[in-house]
Amino acid sequence: MLQNYLLYVILPLLSISGILVFTRFLKGPYTIDRVVSLDFLINIGIAIIAVYSIVTDHSSFLDVAMILALIAFLGTIALSYYLEQRGKKQ
Amino acid sequence: MILDLVIILITSIGTLFILIASIGLIRMPDFFLRLSVTVKAATLGIGFVMGGTALYFLEFPVTAKVMAIIFFLLLTAPVSGHMIGRTAYFTGMRLWKGTILDELKDKYDRKTHILTSDDDDEPDEQIIKNEL
Repeated sequence: MLQNYLLYVILPLLSISGILVFTRFLKGPYTIDRVVSLDFLINIGIAIIAVYSIVTDHSSFLDVAMILALIAFLGTIALSYYLEQRGKKQ
Repeated sequence: MILDLVIILITSIGTLFILIASIGLIRMPDFFLRLSVTVKAATLGIGFVMGGTALYFLEFPVTAKVMAIIFFLLLTAPVSGHMIGRTAYFTGMRLWKGTILDELKDKYDRKTHILTSDDDDEPDEQIIKNEL
């Protein structure tokens, strides 16, 4: 019952939210909107990995989720740093 | 059985938070409002889903991984949100027309990116010399 609920209710809801965020990623008026939506997309990926590890009963997927959390932070920081330096004049 | 119900409840709450955050990311009119939605609601939702995972496995290594992920998300989400918001303010992102207060207006130097304020907190050089 738990596996079925997660597979047929929770994962589709997470997929719908991923599609919504990806719509913002495609149409976001500025680059910085795309950075935020990419960060959020990776966070939704972490949640999907966690639910999928319950569905398949394999806990080793959580390592991937941990790496993704690290990479998302680094990407956001690097992109925002370079976007800020672009408009700066010494 | 009870534990399954608890896991279902917690995971549903987290998924609802993530879904509401993504709807907000589509519907909000302004970049800064979208940013606040993403940073707060999504982090809470992922924390709930991760807690459900820890409750399902009930093993020490899995719980340690889940705690590490939650801790890392709680540590990094405010930092990245602050950096992105700062960058957006510097690149001249327009506020929503319904925004009533912009406390940072004219306080950032657009060229050197240094924050100045009207209140002068630093002591004058004359006072420092007298004390020495």
